[in-house]
Amino acid sequence: MSVTMEQRHRQRWMSVLAKAKPKDLEVLWDNLPQKPGWRTLRRPEVGMVMVRGRAGGTGVRFNLGEMTVTRCSVRLENGMTGHGYVSGRHKRHAELSAVVDALMQDPDCREDVRDGIIEPLSKMHDDAREAAAVKAGATKVDFFTVVRGDD
Amino acid sequence: MYVAVKGGEKAIENSQRLLADERRGDRHVNEVTLQQIDGQLSLAVDRVMTEGSLYDRELAALAVKQARGDLIEAVFLLRAYRTTLPRFGASEPIDTGRMAIRRRISATYKDLPGGQILGASFDYTHRLLDFTLAADGERPEGELSDHVIDNEMPRVVELLDRDGMMEAELPADDEPVADLTRDSIQFPAGRDARLQALARGDEGFLLALGYSNQRGFGNTHPFAGEIRVGEVAVEFVPEELGFAIEVAEITVTECQMINQFQGSATQPPQFTRGYGLTFGYCERKAMAMSLVDRSLRASELGEDVNAPVQDQEFVLYHADNVEASGFVQHLKLPHYIDFQSELVIIRRIREQIERNRGAHQEAAE
Repeated sequence: MSVTMEQRHRQRWMSVLAKAKPKDLEVLWDNLPQKPGWRTLRRPEVGMVMVRGRAGGTGVRFNLGEMTVTRCSVRLENGMTGHGYVSGRHKRHAELSAVVDALMQDPDCREDVRDGIIEPLSKMHDDAREAAAVKAGATKVDFFTVVRGDD
Repeated sequence: MYVAVKGGEKAIENSQRLLADERRGDRHVNEVTLQQIDGQLSLAVDRVMTEGSLYDRELAALAVKQARGDLIEAVFLLRAYRTTLPRFGASEPIDTGRMAIRRRISATYKDLPGGQILGASFDYTHRLLDFTLAADGERPEGELSDHVIDNEMPRVVELLDRDGMMEAELPADDEPVADLTRDSIQFPAGRDARLQALARGDEGFLLALGYSNQRGFGNTHPFAGEIRVGEVAVEFVPEELGFAIEVAEITVTECQMINQFQGSATQPPQFTRGYGLTFGYCERKAMAMSLVDRSLRASELGEDVNAPVQDQEFVLYHADNVEASGFVQHLKLPHYIDFQSELVIIRRIREQIERNRGAHQEAAE
């Protein structure tokens, strides 16, 4: 699957939105000064994605189990369409993600939305991961060898 | 003639009401919240998600609460719920090699790249009841460190892979992936169907089977090559986009069991692998799963199949605790007519025996 540069950017922001906590997104959305009107092309829908693994981590694929995912598609007043696919069952999360996805595709809004929503969400995610990593890091074993005898 | 007997509606209604009453318990005690269950009974939530085969912490916490802590009942609730949701598709296979590690240990190499990271584990506790937990009071936070954790730690099995000592696990992405939620299992079952069944399977059942294997019923000489716990991204390709996005980050536990293999006519002696993977932090389950996975590979590796843990039908038909629970518990349903007929049959046989005995005695006299 070849992915264009533009798609690569979109992959990133959609992933950031998908993994965000709904209330974090809501707060940042509230702070956004210019909000567009939109209508839903596909109303928020709760469903599942089957999560797959690989035998031995690298081998044949198998179905591990499902996870809940909510999706939504919107069209802004200016005609831009956006899609939201988010983890969990939060419909508002999926709808706002779709709106933000549409805004991010609009060159006129992109910078403000990126600075106001995407980057802060990304930082929150990284901070949470970092906080877990420094606690795990403290449990790393430092082996030392006790030498007995003189030679 | 078929006679339907009705009755008991009122009793059933009151039984359900009593269940809700007892679930709530003493009204002077605060009701437990889903956040508390998720945060403080997190391993119960992890087990219910794994065996319920649905990753959703809030729903699993609700199931635990509704089931009054009966985890198999909670698994049943989650399984029932998932049938109400549409499926958008399947994810790309998760890449556990790119896990954000929270625990990672190996029993086969002391000094491995990335190091041994103990994480939060019961392993080093003394299993003494901690009465300070019975009292109120805040706990200190985990120690912080400036150790940088490498998020792309090599897998231990790959270290052996390089010199051919370890069998390779190669993808076969042209093959379809078996799905037990859609098609019933066929025998002999492929590795994909087996791993799915084991991932959903009951921890206690798999633990006992793994233990039986270690004690000699089809021993596979296992070593815990690597156990890792942490977060991985779930990538999904929405059809309207045509490219993958990370829809979530989930916690998983992975166990790579390394096992001796004597070799065969076509393969040199080398190490073989058993694999365990669960949602959340279910280390005992992942280990048991990897032991059973390896044991179920006996026939493909040309080993004798003579122990229960090596028997596909025995293991895979009995691993699911929702099915097992349903069949065992159906015995509680009214069997009044069945039982009456058995009663009649046994009476008749006894009468027959009595008559025969009388006839023999008469003949003897």
